[in-house]
Amino acid sequence: MSSLGDESSPLRVAIIGSGPSGFYATEALIKSGLNVEIDLIERLPAPYGLVRNGVAPDHPKLKQAIEVYKKVAQNPEFNFVGNVTVGVDITAEDLQQTYHAVMYTCGAETDRQLGIPGEDLAGSHTATEFVGWYNGHPDYRDRTFDLSHETAVVIGQGNVAADVARILAKSVDELKHTDIAQHALDALAESRVRTIYVVGRRGPAQAKFASKELKEFLEIENCRPYIDPVELELNPASEEEINSKAGRGNKKNVEIFHQFAGSEDTGKPRICIATFLKSPLRLEGGERLEKVVFEANELSGEPFGQSAQGTGQTTEIACGILFRSIGYNGVPIPGVPFYDRWGTIPNDAGRITSEQGGAVVPGLYTAGWIKRGPSGIIGTNRACAVESVESLLADLGQLDADRPGREGLYQILGRNGVRHVNFIQWEKIDAAEVAAGEPKGKPREKFTRQAEMLAVANG
Amino acid sequence: MTTVVTENCKGCRFTDCVAVCPVACFHYDDEMLYIDPDVCIDCSACIPECPVEAIFEEDDLPEGQEQWIEINAEKAPDLPLIEEPMEALPEAEQRKADLGF
Repeated sequence: MSSLGDESSPLRVAIIGSGPSGFYATEALIKSGLNVEIDLIERLPAPYGLVRNGVAPDHPKLKQAIEVYKKVAQNPEFNFVGNVTVGVDITAEDLQQTYHAVMYTCGAETDRQLGIPGEDLAGSHTATEFVGWYNGHPDYRDRTFDLSHETAVVIGQGNVAADVARILAKSVDELKHTDIAQHALDALAESRVRTIYVVGRRGPAQAKFASKELKEFLEIENCRPYIDPVELELNPASEEEINSKAGRGNKKNVEIFHQFAGSEDTGKPRICIATFLKSPLRLEGGERLEKVVFEANELSGEPFGQSAQGTGQTTEIACGILFRSIGYNGVPIPGVPFYDRWGTIPNDAGRITSEQGGAVVPGLYTAGWIKRGPSGIIGTNRACAVESVESLLADLGQLDADRPGREGLYQILGRNGVRHVNFIQWEKIDAAEVAAGEPKGKPREKFTRQAEMLAVANG
Repeated sequence: MTTVVTENCKGCRFTDCVAVCPVACFHYDDEMLYIDPDVCIDCSACIPECPVEAIFEEDDLPEGQEQWIEINAEKAPDLPLIEEPMEALPEAEQRKADLGF
């Protein structure tokens, strides 16, 4: 009797979301040596997820991860199905009936909310919107950001907050030869922002920045990074944190913060100020954002378990624009279990469960940010996807063998009137973007509207 | 800039780093791992994974370890690639203890 993955009975897998986790899951399945047929389904006509749409345009080296994904895509087992949204163009139930296994690797697409009054004022934005906008993501093409006020505030102290602050801080000359979207470059050229606050709830020893990202602020042409030295006085528990092995990265951050504190005023037109131990209480303004009111915090608790407690004291920062970057949540897909509290798909080592801690749903898997929450960097998702694929491969004997796979998918898409984009069509889009960037000295000029991409794909 | 495997890896070769490398830039010989600087994308994912703190960003190397930049660059391309973690060397735990970790 044949079993799934044999020469005569290919293991048919749909992977939903073509970011790093989707590609690493694909790679792990191919490397299993089994006979596999993988359909990587993506809602945009373009693959690569946050490597294309999240990684900042001035970090081209990180984007070279795409070279690995391109190689994966050359395998005969791989098939790209772009421009197909699960839950709209095909239901999750249909997918489950079509494939032996379905793996959701669709990331965390929405920002956590501050949950404070005034959050919806004009001028209050999510980091996701801004990042998507400067990276040319079609969902955010038509967002506008009023950069006419001199002060901007970024809430959060992770790498996305650093990206947002850095893009606001850099000159157009520093960005114009990157793959930043032209509409963003044009808007940033008119920016009057001079002061950028990057605000953390806890102290300098708890900031989540990668040290490398912080160091970049010391190199920006027109912007001085600064911290009031008083803010770098650490409590004993924080001292203990940075002097332990687990606090190695935080110690480096604190060292760089000291360089910020000691930075000379050389007359650079912009300043980026990191400030700590502040939680936003409310955003105030008439028609649009005018100021943020913060409550000062103090830390309490054991080393590595310190939490921020409000002191009742308030401070204000007058500003015209604010970005929140305090974490991300997945977006639920109809028909797929979802754990609201964490914004993730409930799972056990990548096997989707009916609810958090519930029973395993046969044939459904997950990997990446939607599996474990928005932590870690590109490579973290490789280890994560490998774990999920190991779970899948261990379950082969229990999967329902009677599944049509690709043929069934194409029938359903045809019935639903959906025209997908395959990898060869994507390569046409890719080549057209690179060609459009060339005269501007950019690695590419992205298409920022789905219709434009589809015109090239189908041309 | 690149990321560099240094002295502490010698005799350990734990390979935890390999699991999180997004681009498969690690190579190995009988003693340790090396990073191919032409492939590494400087994401630093590997650095906190190392149980003996053998991996550093180039501009963050401790004094006296600078020679490893060249050693990694020279050795890596001709050695076999490692894409999945493997067993550490037999004496790895002892070496780790000797190194004070």
